[in-house]
Order: sequence, then C-alpha cells, then structure tokens
Amino acid sequence: MSKLQAVFENHKAFIPFVTAGDPSAQATVDQVVALAKNGADIVELGVPFSDPIADGPVIQAAGLRAFAGGITVEGVFDIVKAIREQTNVPLVFLTYANIPFKYGYDAFCARCEELGVYGLVIPDLPEEEADEILTFTEKHNVDLIPLVSPTSGPRLKKLVRYATGFIYIVSALGVTGQRSSFAQNLDDLIADLRKVTDAPLCVGFGVHTPEQAKNLAKVADGVIVGSAIVQLAQESDDAPKAVGDYTKAMVEAIAKA
Amino acid sequence: MEEKIDNRFGEFGGQYVPETLMASLDKLTECFENAKQDPKFYEEFHRLLNDYANRPSLLYYAKRMTEDLGGAKIYLKREDLNHTGAHKINNVIGQVLLARRLGKTRLIAETGAGQHGVATATIAALFGMKCEVFMGKEDTERQKLNVYRMELLGAKVNAVTSGQGLLKDAVNAALQDWAAHPDDTFYVIGSAMGPAPYPAMVHEFQSVISKEAKKQLQEVEGRLPDAVVACVGGGSNAIGSFADFIDDPSVALYGVEAAGEGVGTGHTAATLETGTPGIFHGMKSIFMQNNEGQIAKVYSISAGLDYPGVGPEHAALDASGRAHYVGITDDESVDAFEYIAKEEGIIAAVESCHAVAYVQKLAPTMRKDQIIICTLSGRGDKDVAQVAAYRGVDVHE
Repeated sequence: MSKLQAVFENHKAFIPFVTAGDPSAQATVDQVVALAKNGADIVELGVPFSDPIADGPVIQAAGLRAFAGGITVEGVFDIVKAIREQTNVPLVFLTYANIPFKYGYDAFCARCEELGVYGLVIPDLPEEEADEILTFTEKHNVDLIPLVSPTSGPRLKKLVRYATGFIYIVSALGVTGQRSSFAQNLDDLIADLRKVTDAPLCVGFGVHTPEQAKNLAKVADGVIVGSAIVQLAQESDDAPKAVGDYTKAMVEAIAKA
Repeated sequence: MEEKIDNRFGEFGGQYVPETLMASLDKLTECFENAKQDPKFYEEFHRLLNDYANRPSLLYYAKRMTEDLGGAKIYLKREDLNHTGAHKINNVIGQVLLARRLGKTRLIAETGAGQHGVATATIAALFGMKCEVFMGKEDTERQKLNVYRMELLGAKVNAVTSGQGLLKDAVNAALQDWAAHPDDTFYVIGSAMGPAPYPAMVHEFQSVISKEAKKQLQEVEGRLPDAVVACVGGGSNAIGSFADFIDDPSVALYGVEAAGEGVGTGHTAATLETGTPGIFHGMKSIFMQNNEGQIAKVYSISAGLDYPGVGPEHAALDASGRAHYVGITDDESVDAFEYIAKEEGIIAAVESCHAVAYVQKLAPTMRKDQIIICTLSGRGDKDVAQVAAYRGVDVHE
C-alpha cells in the first residue's frame, strides 16, 4: 500500500493546500507546520506556474506573490527540506505539467522521493497524456493522483487505472475557488467511482466551511481545501495560527461525519 | 471499439488540458471525424466560404514588387479580401458548423489583433448564436476599432487583465470559461494551436488557402511555386498556406515570426528561434520560457503574432526541417507595411507585413523564373493608427 493510501485506513482525511513561497519560503514552512500540528492528514503544496489555468483568482494571486518573493522550483524543494526538519506530514505537490517536464520527469520524481513528497496532482495532465510521467512516478514510488470531474461520465473506468494514492474529485466545473454549491451529481459520481475503484476518494474545488466538509466527508474519504486557506493566511496577521485554528475546526467537523 | 486517433505531429501535440474539458474534446473529436467523412458538411462549408466569405480569394501577381525586387515572381494570396478582412473566417465557419452539429448555442473565442474575434462574432450573428470574446486588456487598447466592431456584431468582449493582458492571457481566460460551461459552449480556437483536435481542425479548414493557390497558380503558370511565405503567430494562416504543398518537396516553406525588437533582444515573439520544448495551452510544442518552465513575456508590434508558443504542427515541421522559420523585426514589418502600400496599393495587416518583409529579402536571392507565393493574411486598416504612431504621427481625432 502506498504511503498516501495508508492515511485513509479507517480515517477520513483533511487535506489543506498552500502555495509554496506565498509570500515567502519561511511563511510556507510555518503554515505547513501549523497545519500538521492541528491535524491535517496530508498537505498539498502548490508549485507555482506562470499560467495556472485550473486556478481561480485567489490561488492565481498567491502564485504571483510567490513569484514576487522570488520562488523557484529549487526553492520549493528547499521548502520541503525545511518542513521535513519539523514534521513528517505526508506531502503532495500540485503543479502544472510544464514544471516537471522542464525539470525532467525522472529527476523531478527522484527529488520527490528523496525529500518525501508522496504524490503529484497535475491538473493539465489528463489520463490520455499520463503515460509519459507514469514510468517515472512508478520508478520513484510517487503516486500520480488522477483527477475526476462531474463531466467525466463514461471516462471513469480508464481514469482510475493508475489510482495508487487517492483520487481527486473536482466538485464543480470551472476553476478553483469558494462556492456555496457543488455539482448536483456529486453523490452519483462517488457511487459510480466506488464501482470501479477501491482507491480513497477526496473532494476539492470550492470547499470552505466546516459544514460543507462534514457533509462531503459523509460520502467521500477526504476533503481538500485550497483557496479558503490561502485567503485566510493572506488576510491574517498571524497566518500560522489562523490556518491552524481553521484546520482544527475542519478536522473536528470531518470527524463528526 | 473506438479507434485511437493520432493526436500528434511527431513528438508535438497531444491533449494537455484539465479533465473537466476532456469529455468535450472527446465529443468534438468524434464530431470532426464524422464531418470529415460527410460530403454534406463540405458542401455547406464551401457554400458559406464562397457565398458569404467571398472565396476563392485572389491570387494576384504583384508585378511592381517583382520588378522592384528584381528576382523571383511574386504572387500574393489575398486573404485580406475575405469578408471580415482576414483568413480567420475560413476556420471559424468550419468550427461553427461543428458547434451547430454538437447542439451548442454559445461561442467563445480568444483574440489577439481582434481578427479572429471579429470573424467569430460575425459567424455567431449569422448563425444566431451567443458570442463572448476574450481579449487581453493591452490588445483591446491597441485594437479599439476591432473591439467596437465585435460589439456592433452583438458579441460581448471581455478585457483580460491577468498576466500581460495579451493573447496568451486571453487563451487562459477562454479555457477557464470553457471549463465552467462545457454543456452549452463551443470554444472556437483561432490558431493552429491548443489541444487535439484543434490543430488538425484548423489545418483542415485553413487548407483552403493552399488548395486554391495551387490550382490558381497552375492555371496561370502551369507549375508549382518554388517558395511559400506566410507569417506565424500560433500559425493558422501559415499552416493553411503550407498544407497542400507539404508533400511537394520542391516547394520551400517559410514561416515568418515576429522578432519584435530583434531575436536576441529579449523583446521578441520569435518562438521557434528562441523557444524550447514545453507543455502549455493544451499542447506539447515549442514555447518561450525560462529554464524552469515559466512561460516568458513576449513582445511584438503585432497583436496577432505576440504569442509565446506556436502550433504543434509548426514545431514538427521545424524539427523535421520541412519548413524554415525566420524572424522579422517591428522596424522591418513597418517598412514593409509602407512598401506594399506604395508599390502595390495594398494596405496589408502588420502581421502579414512580416511575411512581405521576408519576401523583400528572399525574392532578390532567387532567379527570375522562380515563383514565390506570399499570403496576405489580413488587411491593414486596423493597423493604420498604430503604424502612424510608430512613425510619430498622431491621427486620432
């Protein structure tokens, strides 16, 4: 069993996201440590890309702040090293295909393995194009996380073929960002997925309140929160405390599901 | 079993888009493949091209340019004479016919100079469909006339403020809109780029340029040209100009990119001269980017050519050596804008004038019994004020 799948053994997971380097490397390290201390099961680290087409305004702005702070891909690996000195919380990267492609898939996955990044979420690398990186994720024991959307329909069976870690269910159409409602067919989508895979199913895109998290955790195995945390950190004078308190509330809500 | 369609041009192409869009691309691919086998589709496509868009476009012998340059005979393929003033309408008619087959009611498009946006707004009006165009903020300021034109045609123009506010950013916004509205919306991509099947579709619908030109030249000269020259941003008029000549090895193919202030200056849009392989906007191709894969800023006087990538088929034609790609600077293109106006009485788009400028260099190196076809992709009315400003003349009222 992969290290990511092990997280879900008799447990519903809370998976917060932060953009690496927003607004500085140290800020990211402090926030991730706070997330881990307050019960985050996996932390998703965004590796900034110049043109994040799957992301809404909040995460786009976070990327711009990270670039203004001088973030580089090597700088993100340094952040991971610093995090690892303080916590063993499982980490996954969210980035766009051009970043590992340019770094070299083999070298990128090797660095992930070496530093303890267990998975990769790559929104612009659909199943049709996944084989080019799968050779190397498998070689270096990194899970490539398949994304499934409300439009996936007849594609579900092939999408789950490499679901070794967890599956990321995009809960709504469009880009990342807070929403008050999700795709109407979410429950059906989860039920259909259960028929074709045993992999844990995590829901993201738009989740922000503990109430939403609790309801989603009733049907899914994990809840992913991005924009809400990024915005909270940006608006707070004490970002680690703010995101830590928020995580605690979300973890408690999920436990009640 | 469904047949696996080849989505690649050599190592380039593919479908690098979010899963949310894949079902739409699957349906589009199927629709396009069916249409290609359907004579009725082509009947309607050609009827609209001929009766509405004013095709076939002229292949005009540029006698004065030929004599002045003193080398190869120069023929101009006059896409500037199409309805809406550019080659863009060829592809839009094809794609919107597919949109109708798919039952879509809303069209979205990205646009740089505004020509593709105008063409999409035009066909949307003709078909009674809703239309929204995404255009970089900077480009809406450079091309105000085209913005107003699109609005006159009933389209909504969204000025995109992210990034540099250029064509790349307009594509990002259009992709995001499509991901949010996959049910009713068809994304009409204007260039030979994006995820499969778009590059192949644009190739198919723009190939009318070279099919006509080949036949027209055969009628007057009884032979193939020795060279074909066209400007390249994403590369739609170039792929259309090359398409029917790719399998004729005696025809040299030249794609002319916008070098901006010069290929080595850092203020350029010459992707194939300065770029490296990458993955962006749904395709693996050549992009201007830094060594970590962050997409670079671009610069050109031409709003239609300042794109940091190039269509995957051009990347493949460059890699195989079948086509040659060269850069022309802002200065050279503005000189050519004035040159072709005075020599031939044609005000051509500043994009097309990149091709004209290269013909000015190429023709004198060739023999008088050789022939060049140069595609004038669009007309230059939209660029007059900007060229005047470049020359220090204020023509605003």
